[in-house]
Amino acid sequence: MATQPISAVSKITIRVLAFARLRELLGFGSRDVELAEGATLDALWKQLASGNGEIEGLRATTRFARNGELVAGETVLRTGDEVALMPPVGGG
Amino acid sequence: MVALSSAPLDVAALVRDVQTKEHGAVVTFLGTTRETSPDDPRPVAALEYEAYDSMAIPEMEKIASEAREQFGPLAIAIVHRTGRVALGEPSVAVVVAAPHRARAFDACRYAIDALKARVAVWKQEVYADGETAWVANTPP
Repeated sequence: MATQPISAVSKITIRVLAFARLRELLGFGSRDVELAEGATLDALWKQLASGNGEIEGLRATTRFARNGELVAGETVLRTGDEVALMPPVGGG
Repeated sequence: MVALSSAPLDVAALVRDVQTKEHGAVVTFLGTTRETSPDDPRPVAALEYEAYDSMAIPEMEKIASEAREQFGPLAIAIVHRTGRVALGEPSVAVVVAAPHRARAFDACRYAIDALKARVAVWKQEVYADGETAWVANTPP
C-alpha cells in the first residue's frame, strides 16, 4: 500500500477471533484486521458483516470480548487488542 | 482443578484428585453425547466442541471458586472436552468432594448449570449423514 497517499487517519491493527458458526461464515478463526483509529467493535462488526445477510442477522445474539472481557459494541478498540466474536455458548 | 481436554476424560482420575479423608461424599456429573437432538430429527453421530481457551479456563476457575464459597468446604474438578466426542462418551465432567452429600450435590448442580450458561465453549452436532449444525444452550 506504499503507493497510496499518506492518510490523516492513523490505523490500528487488532486480532479478531471468530467461533462456531461465525468462524464458518467469516471464513477465519483468527485474523489480523486494520481499522481506523477510534473504531469501535460495532464498526468492526459492520466491516466484517457487510453484504452478508446471514452474518448481519447474528448480531443480536453475538457477544464481543476484548482481551478476555465481555464488552459492549460501542467499546473503542486499541492497537494490539484481541477481539472475540462469540455466538451463544453450547458447552456441556 | 479445571481443564479443557482434547483426550477422553478419565473420570476415575478426577475422583482420585478431589477425594480426601475429610470427604464423606463424592458427586460426579457427566454430560454425555446423546443420539437425539433437541432441534433436529436426524440421529446424532458425534459432537464436536470448540473453546476459547483464554476465556473458558478463567471462567471455569471462577465457577469453581463460587462453588467453594457457596457450598464449601469442598474440592471440585471441572473438565470439558474439545474436538470430536463419540456417542455415549462424556463431553463434560464435574466432580465434587465434600464432607456430606447435600452440599456435594448442590455444588455439582451449581457448577454444571453455570458452565452451560457462561463458559466459552461451542457445540456442533454431527449427524449420521455427515451434515452439521451448531447448537446453543437454552437458559434453564
